[in-house]
Parts: sequence; structure tokens; C-alpha cells
Amino acid sequence: MTDITSGEFPSSIRRVEFDSAESKARLRGRYKSEARFKAYGIVALVITTSFLLALLTSIVSRGVPGFFQNYLVTEVLVDAAKIDPQGKGTPEALRAGDYSAVARAALADAIPGINERQLKKELNGLLSSGAGDDLREMVLANPSLLGQRIRTPLLLADQADIFLKETESAVRVFADTRGSATPSATTGDITILVSGNDFADDVALIKAELVNSAVALEKNIALRAGRGASAESLADLKAQAAELRQRAAGTASETLDSKTASRLVAINGGVVKVKEMTPTSVRGDVIVPLTTTAEAAPGTWQIRVYDRPEADRNMNDRAATFLEQLKSKGLIESKFNWAFFTRGDSREAELAGIQGALVGSILTLLVTIGLCLPIGVLAAIYLEEFAPKNRFTELIEININNLAAVPSIVFGLLGLAVFLNFFGLPRSAPLVGGLVLALLVLPTIIIASRAALKSVPPSIREAALGVGASHQQAVFHHVLPLAMPGIMTGTIIGMAHALGETAPLLMIGMIAFIVDVPTSLTQAATVLPVQIFLWSDLPEPAFKMKTAAAILVLLAVLFLMNGISIWLRKKFERRW
Amino acid sequence: MDMRPDPLVMMTSSVQDQAPKPVKVAAKNVNVYYGAKQALKDVSVDIPVKAVTAFIGPSGCGKSTFLRCINRMNDTVASCRVEGLIQIDGKDIYDPALDPVQLRARVGMVFQKPNPFPKSIYDNVAYGPRIHGLSRSKAELDEIVEHSLRKASLWEEVKDRLKDSGTGLSGGQQQRLCIARTIAINPEIILMDEPCSALDPIATARIEELMAELRSNFTIIIVTHSMQQAARVSQRTAFFHLGILVEKGETSQIFTNPTDKRTQDYITGRFG
Repeated sequence: MTDITSGEFPSSIRRVEFDSAESKARLRGRYKSEARFKAYGIVALVITTSFLLALLTSIVSRGVPGFFQNYLVTEVLVDAAKIDPQGKGTPEALRAGDYSAVARAALADAIPGINERQLKKELNGLLSSGAGDDLREMVLANPSLLGQRIRTPLLLADQADIFLKETESAVRVFADTRGSATPSATTGDITILVSGNDFADDVALIKAELVNSAVALEKNIALRAGRGASAESLADLKAQAAELRQRAAGTASETLDSKTASRLVAINGGVVKVKEMTPTSVRGDVIVPLTTTAEAAPGTWQIRVYDRPEADRNMNDRAATFLEQLKSKGLIESKFNWAFFTRGDSREAELAGIQGALVGSILTLLVTIGLCLPIGVLAAIYLEEFAPKNRFTELIEININNLAAVPSIVFGLLGLAVFLNFFGLPRSAPLVGGLVLALLVLPTIIIASRAALKSVPPSIREAALGVGASHQQAVFHHVLPLAMPGIMTGTIIGMAHALGETAPLLMIGMIAFIVDVPTSLTQAATVLPVQIFLWSDLPEPAFKMKTAAAILVLLAVLFLMNGISIWLRKKFERRW
Repeated sequence: MDMRPDPLVMMTSSVQDQAPKPVKVAAKNVNVYYGAKQALKDVSVDIPVKAVTAFIGPSGCGKSTFLRCINRMNDTVASCRVEGLIQIDGKDIYDPALDPVQLRARVGMVFQKPNPFPKSIYDNVAYGPRIHGLSRSKAELDEIVEHSLRKASLWEEVKDRLKDSGTGLSGGQQQRLCIARTIAINPEIILMDEPCSALDPIATARIEELMAELRSNFTIIIVTHSMQQAARVSQRTAFFHLGILVEKGETSQIFTNPTDKRTQDYITGRFG
């Protein structure tokens, strides 16, 4: 009915005015509230972005060095006497050869003259225990290398690698020495006399440190005395403080220990670690032998300072000196660490790789997707298109939605109880991991698939039914293809979820130190996130780097999977 | 807008149908319920063969519901219950022995909004014949597709791009594609549920022309909100109001000399 009741519009109802103070105030209020809302949004966005950026930069800056590895690249004599002393030449004999000895010999050639046992041990410690592995493969592939000299990279130990990568352990070099220095001998415990007072600054610095320590100690004493500590208990501390004061005031030589910055003197081709110093002389142990005891002119010798005390470092001064020597000779090269992707786990950080975890993840996800996709999609189709709407199906629906919210560790316990204990499937196997993750992901896939099916417009179903297609034909010929991008998106996101899952896998024993790369579904394996979890627990700093690098790999795979799902969605997006 | 039909148009359409035609669809005392709500009350109507019958009436009057009873599309609505008798050529279509899918192959339907499948134009038309096994060879299928598109007067426009998506056509073309898709399975009856409500006047005119051509081969039942359209294209008209079939008869008679006050009020634009 379109009848309009005639009559005046009641004049008591006001109209919006442009210029009244009230309407202006209202307008201002509206603009303000809009501006405020925008500001909140921007603030929220900035906070989120900065968190994300901080996270990413932190992981990337820690992880990227983990993808590189330092090698000693030098002439190696592939010594037949060390590899195949009996001269059999069979692959077995070649395989059994002592390639580490070959690598150690090459290192000894690079820094000659190190004969003292302790020093030699330090030097050899620079090489990884697996330094000869690549050499072995090379010789096995090409036995004619026996007896030849080849230039090849030798893997450095993790601590040497870390030392080269970390900037805090950098050495400060003072090359503009003022006096000429005269060493007393070329090896052993020597004294170097200096004509200038090159060490005066350092000695003053040490004395200042002593004073600082004494002041801190005295403060501590005063604090304790204030709390009512007895004089006897403080006597010890008082004596210590007095001793520090006395040392600071005296002119006697200062002793360097492992808690102060290390000082080394590089002179006449050798390096001396300083033990005691006065402004004009130092005493110390020779690390790298000197060539001569001749007087070194000002500027031709150097003082090297490691600000980080030896006690706080993983590399002592001797090993660090050898490394610096190798570096200055240009024998150290940083290369992309392909082995990171082609090795299994190892207790040696420089030998540890993620291939085992990657293959484990792939096998696990194959089981998961193989189970989830058909079961999830068919369940979704049945529930969405065919199931009668009654209490029973409603109950199933509610339970599926609830399952999606169950903590993942519960699925792990379920897997442990059902798959391992009841069915007796092997522990730590990708098969069981895949089964557990399938349980975890199934609700996600069913929910996503149902949403995708629901989003297909009913007009498509009607069109199909209208030309005489059966219900099943309508669903499988028309609805399902249109829902497929949505289903694939849901599935990939579910898989990404499964890939990043750790907790349920811990319960079924996929947390284990497994060196071998798994080749079957029932072999013991671990997965990428669990590998990260394992490495993050290890104390070696090199493993911290590996952890970050493995996280980067995991993130890259996850980004890739999400990227594919977005691409699929965009590509198959249709308009009706 | 003038809601009264043009008497000239009505005259021409009524002149064409002098001889009474045999009954194709016969409905007797049809009651339809959606749950507890009754949507149609005691509808009885005879629909003649090879003519256009229009169902008119205000929104929610049950005309679309009745249309969807004729090809049992209402079966897909879980809460819907149909009572009474609907016969096509004297055969009860709600007979349990009759398969609704086969029925829909005999009673085609064109919907309010053009709904081509998001597939190629060719596949849109070929889909029905394929699932019903109406062609024995690719050549035969090609022939069916061409024939159907020609009948839907779309062939000239799309013959060079049969592989293009059906959803890329204009609205009017899409609706003609849907008509081609429907006639590709050679139904006896074509149901049209407000086929022009989403189209512009020019596209509407083309569909109406098409209906005039198609009625020599098919029995057409159209639901429409436009009384001019009913007057232009139909030979018989049924007026529904609040689930009741108020009046039915020759279109010319309904529009010029309605017997019921409600019909008169509706066609003169007093309500609706």
C-alpha cells in the first residue's frame, strides 16, 4: 500500500543545522572520535609490526651466520703412508685410512714450528673431528689423488668457527708502537724489553681496574658492616681490598690473569702471550716461535688486545692466536654450508645438519596429508551436503569444532595410548607422527572444507539440479570443483600447522638424537621443530646458531606453504 | 509508472490462441507447507500444452513455490511438504516410483538470476546431454550444443568463443545461455522463475521474443512480477494472492475483465 497520510510534519522534530554551535560541537566530536579510532588502529599496527620486525631481525641475524661455515683452505698432502700404509689400494683400505692425520699434517704445515705438546693439541683442536671426511670421499672417488698435493677446504671445529664469526672476540691491534723491542729468546718463557713506555697506558689501565675493584669491595664491606656483620668475618675482605690498593699504588710488575683482558705481543714473526708487564717490559710465553732475537724497530711489532678475558671465551689465547695467524695468511675461507642441508644430526655442531629432520618432516606430513585430505574432505562433503540435519549430526558437528580446540599434547597422549601401546606401532616413527598429526589437523580441514562448500552459491546447485543432475552429480561436478581452492587453502594451512607442531610428537618419542636420515615410514626419525627444540637445549654456542638457522628454514617452509595457499586462493577465485 | 497493461499487446496475444489446447500439467488441491506454515492453499490449475502460462501475484504469494512443485525442486528443501495431486500428461509426478532427477530432465528450469556454471559456454550447454547420455558421439554433442544455442538465439554471438567461460557473458547472454542449457536436454516443459528480473529492458525484450518462439515446441510456465511482461508473453495467466490461486484464465480476460476484486486491485496497481 502506498497511501501517504497527508498533513504537516510535526514541527517539534528538529532538522540538522549547519551553523549552530551544538551541531558544530557534535561534528567536532564525530571527527575527533574518527581520528582517535584511526590513531588506535595505527598504534596497534605499529606495535605488531615492530614486534614482528624485532623477532625476524633477531632470528635472521642469529640464523644467517649458521648457514655459513669457515674452512681452512690449504695445501694438503694426501699422504699414502697415513691413508694406506700397506699400499693395498682397495676401497676398504682407503676408507679405513686416517684422514684426520692428513688434515692435521696440513695444519702443522700452515703454522710451522709448534712442537710443544700442549700447543700442538690446541692447534689440532682448531680442526673439526670430521675434517678428514670430505677428504676421504674425494680419495674414494678418485684414488689417483694418493700421494699428491691438493688444495682443499678442511672443516674447522665449531669453536673456531664461532670465534671467527663473533665480533665480541675481535682483537684490537696497536701497531704504532713507540719504542724498539728486544726479545730475550725465540721460544719458551721470554722477556721483551722496550725502549719506549709502550705498556704504560695498559699498566695504568690495569691499575685503574684494580682501584675500581677495591672501591667495589670497600662498598661491599661498608654495606655488610651496616647490616651488623662481625669484624672477623670482614677481615678477609678488608685484607683483599688493602692488597688491591697496594698493588694499584705500587710500581711492581702487574700480573695478567685469565680474568683480565689478554695482551699479546706480535714480534719478529712470532707471538708472545703476556704474563707480567711493567711500563717498559713484558714477560710471557711464546705461542708462535719468533724467528730471531734481533731488536724490532718501532712500528714493526704490535700489541694485540683481546678485551674479553680468556675465562669468558670458549677459545683460549693460544688457539685464538693460531686462528689469527691462519687468517692473516689468507687460509681461512667462509663458504655456504651446504652440508647443513645434507647431513643428519651430530653431537659436533659443525657436522650437524637438518637433512634428517627435513626428511622426517616430509615423511610425517605425507602420512598426514594422505590420511587427512580424503577423510577430511569426504567427511565435510557428507556433513555439508548429504547428512540429515538432526540431533546426531549436530552432536558430531559440535564435537568436530571442539576437537579443533583440544590442546595438541592431548593428541600426543592419545597417539601414545592408541598407536604405540594398543596397536604396537614403532616408537619415534614418521608413521605414528603422521597419524597423530592427522588427528590434530582433521578438524581444521573438515571445518575449512565445510566453509568452502558452504560458500559455493546455491544457484550453482540449483542450476545443476535444474538440468536433471542428481544430488551427487551436482556436488561432485559443480560444487566440489568450486570449493576446491578453499579446501586446498584450508588443507595447506592445516599442513603448515602440522609442520610446526612439536608437543604431540614428544609424546610418541620423536624427540631423540637420530643421526641417520630416515628412509622409511617406520624408521626412527625426528622432525624439524623437534630438532630445533633439541638443539636449543644444547649448551654449545655453535648450536645456538644452528638453532636459529633451522628456525629460518622452518619459517621459510611455512611462508612458502602459506604463500602457495594464498596463490591458490587468488588464482581460483571466481565470481558468480 | 503506469502499471496498467497495454490493451493492444493483450489483444494480439489472445488472438493467436483461439483453439483450446490440451492440458499438459494438471494440479488438483495442492497444499504446500514449509514446516508449520502453509504456503499454498488448495491450488488447482490446468496448464495447456505449447503455450506460455504466467503466474502473477505480489511477493510471497506462493507462485514460485507452486512453480518449484512442478519439477519437484522443493524436494531439496528439508522442511517442505507437498500435498495434493500434480500430473504431467496424466501421470502423478509425486508418485514414489518416479525419480525426481528424471522428472527434472523432462521439466527444465530457468532461474531468476542467470546462473551459468563457471565453465566454458560449450560445457554449460553440453552438461545436461552428457549426464543423461543424450549423445552418442562428439559430433552429435556438437550438434546438440549448436542447435540449443541457435534456439536460444545466442549462437551468432558466441559461436567463435565456445571455449570461453559462460560467466564472462553479459547478463542477458548468460540468461539465454541458461535457456540453451535447459533446452539442450529437450524437456517438455520449461519453468521460468522471474527470468528477466535481473536484466535490463533490452535483454528482457530478447528473452520475451525467445519465449514467443519457444512456445511452439515447449510448454512454458513463467513466474513474473511484471504485469506487462505477463500480458506480452503469456496466453494464460493465474493470479496468486496469499497462497491462494485467486483467478486463472485467458490472459486477455484476466487483464481486461477480472472477476475478482483482488485481481482487479492488483493489476491496476492498487497493491503489491
